[in-house]
Amino acid sequence: MAKRPPILELEGIVKEFSTVRVLDQVSVSIRPGEIMGLVGENGAGKSTLIKIICGIYEETSGTIRLDGNPVRIPDYITAKGLGIGLVPQEFNLINYLTVYENIFLGNERKKGVFLDKHRMRQESKAQLESLKMPIDVHRTVSDLSVAEKQMVEIAKAMVLDARILIFDEPTTALTGVEVQHLFALMRKLKEQGVTMIFVSHKLGEVMTICDRVTILRDGHLVSVDEIRDLDTTIIARKMVGRDFSQVFPDKIDSTGKPPLLEVEGLTCPNLLRDVSFTLRKGEILGFAGLVGAGRTETMETIMGLRKMSSGTIRFDGKPIRIGSPRDAVNHGLAYISEDRQGKGIVMDYDIPKNITLISLKEKYVKRGLIDKSSEEQSGKEYVKGFNIVAASHRAPLRFFSGGNQQKVYLARWIDTKPRVLILDEPTRGIDVNAKREIYEFIHSLAEEGISCIVVSSEMEEVIGMCDRVYVMREGRIAGHLEKEHITEENIVFNATGIQKGVKRDG
Amino acid sequence: MAEHKIKNYIRNYRIKDHSLGMAFIILFVIATIVGWPNFLKIRNLTNILRQVSYTGIIGLGMTFVIISGGIDLSVGSMAAFVGGVSIFFLNLFGPGSTSGLVLTFFFALVFGSLLGALNGVMVAKFRMAPFIVTLGTMSIFRSLIQYFSNAGTILSVNMGFGNLGSSIFLGLPVPVWFFLIIGISLHVILNHTSFGRYLCATGANEQVARYSAIKVSLVKFIPYVITGFTVGVTAIMWSSRLNCINPSDCAGYEMDAIAAAVIGGTLMSGGKGSIIGTMMGAVMLGIINNMLVMGGISAFLQQAVRGFVIIVAVLLQYNSDNNK
Repeated sequence: MAKRPPILELEGIVKEFSTVRVLDQVSVSIRPGEIMGLVGENGAGKSTLIKIICGIYEETSGTIRLDGNPVRIPDYITAKGLGIGLVPQEFNLINYLTVYENIFLGNERKKGVFLDKHRMRQESKAQLESLKMPIDVHRTVSDLSVAEKQMVEIAKAMVLDARILIFDEPTTALTGVEVQHLFALMRKLKEQGVTMIFVSHKLGEVMTICDRVTILRDGHLVSVDEIRDLDTTIIARKMVGRDFSQVFPDKIDSTGKPPLLEVEGLTCPNLLRDVSFTLRKGEILGFAGLVGAGRTETMETIMGLRKMSSGTIRFDGKPIRIGSPRDAVNHGLAYISEDRQGKGIVMDYDIPKNITLISLKEKYVKRGLIDKSSEEQSGKEYVKGFNIVAASHRAPLRFFSGGNQQKVYLARWIDTKPRVLILDEPTRGIDVNAKREIYEFIHSLAEEGISCIVVSSEMEEVIGMCDRVYVMREGRIAGHLEKEHITEENIVFNATGIQKGVKRDG
Repeated sequence: MAEHKIKNYIRNYRIKDHSLGMAFIILFVIATIVGWPNFLKIRNLTNILRQVSYTGIIGLGMTFVIISGGIDLSVGSMAAFVGGVSIFFLNLFGPGSTSGLVLTFFFALVFGSLLGALNGVMVAKFRMAPFIVTLGTMSIFRSLIQYFSNAGTILSVNMGFGNLGSSIFLGLPVPVWFFLIIGISLHVILNHTSFGRYLCATGANEQVARYSAIKVSLVKFIPYVITGFTVGVTAIMWSSRLNCINPSDCAGYEMDAIAAAVIGGTLMSGGKGSIIGTMMGAVMLGIINNMLVMGGISAFLQQAVRGFVIIVAVLLQYNSDNNK
């Protein structure tokens, strides 16, 4: 690529929240038409940097130059006006509006003083088709799956006709095929001369799509490298500042272990059909499948969050009835939802309050009143035991990074002393280091005899951790894989019914 | 050691954290100056407390409802309805019955709680919007008491009834005692029991609460019952003070109750609130009223000043929430 003057230059960017410095003298310049990867651990300052470019935060000091001219970006509207678009990490969609209304929110096409709905529908449709995600634009966003929402969010940024597009972890909710569609679209945009910044924890994806990579660690710039000088190991090493050899701990052999939880013929109208599986004592069981295959729904039904129309659940050989989440907790079941911020933690509660939310009555209430000192004590122990990085354990969780929020969420369920721990996408939006901590943690729980179910769309996670895997498709169990049969090929085959381009019947 | 603690305290002291207390003190000083010397007289102060206690008691229950993410517009009509029906009930016992008085007192509490439960069932069980439900019951309760009373005053025949609400006990009027006792009890429930914790979690994010094995519909139901109970207390205090109920009594109580909660720092969006704040909010509204009356401000303007205070209170809340 010929050396052209940079389109966007960041010079000596510093950002402080009250007195905590989260970005320290970061300088990067981005060339027109390139895809710049931005990687770093949780709390390295990636999101903060992006928010500064988009005007969501304002830098404490430093200069932003666009086409060589210094600019001040006080808010996102200004950023949009300058041709900077953002696909945010958390969905900023309005649930009660339709797909096309969301896509054009704040950017409505008009005919005179009236909205040109026809044009907006057409353009939304075209945009979603180019993403190979033909969602009916009249559906309301609340009815969409997570992957569909993600695509709507991407389409929303696309219609801005931005010169600089920023993707903040766009692929966390997407499956392999959908990621390929997104990448195809990004390549097309690149040909059109659009500059892109791609933030991701998935280093393989960064290697595939980016031209250069910027690496941050603890708010400092580590390096900016051409992709040809890098591989995933080098990136990972630069991110954490030290070597790490293996991400996954050794597998636990589940052969011959007695069954603990047996589910038979679980059916939920329109969602699940005849789902049966067995979870053995102290094993790590995987659940793979495409987004929307019914994995989350299966787990939510077992936890009493959804009503089942038929089916039996046996625990320790005895049939049990689960009518509410409380019943499930009382039987020693625990469920970490995939939607950490929407269904997991209370953002305004501090660490101790979040951790004790479920176990409160059993463990922390004495003579009707909460024993705050024992609650606080317990919070402190988990902060230490889980290596939770927090300025203060009394700060509300909204100020924590994704990895630390996840650890607090895990701690809450561990505090209920579960016998079965179900983890739904446990490492979504979490950096390599925290991921490894969570893998090791699951491993040690299983060794202590707690049975774990890992629901994951990340193939390597299931392959790397589990001794047995169930694959779901369209609300049914499509396959059961064991040991050396757990391969990417087998999982994809069972999840899609497609092998080498031939669609299987049924 | 102690010195160290004090130093730490001063260093960490931020006015923002205590803005309500500061506002209270400033308002009190202003009122003292404006109303000198009458404002500071014990008689005046107890009067203010008595005046605020009627809506203040309801404001305490209202705080719970607002934290749960709801609202209760029916409290004013409910107070008149409960008050009127309670006098009918009391009159069944004849003029001199002491046991009738005691029974009526408990009858009002139970009846209020039941009416609150009616709101609660519709909100929590049938998942209807609290605003709509209580807007409906507000008109139902008002209409019913007008019908039963033929739009006339309902008089108590029991001579002892008036003593209940107008007596002074240990230097304070009886309704003020109820205001304090219920306030302290609800403060403890909110901050020191699992129910209080669940209430805030549910108000902040219902999904999170449900996924945390909290019985969300029960948690959303109870605040309405508590509010009904506080309405029962107010109804009996108010009607016994006057020895009668007018079917148009207690109109607009919902606004004062909500205002007290909002001034006290309870978020209208739910999830966060303070009973002590509501108590201070109620008293502040009373002080403002008292000040305006003593300052000779036109009665017509007084509502404008109250409205202004409420808006400023919300504005302050909004700003401190954004600057965190």
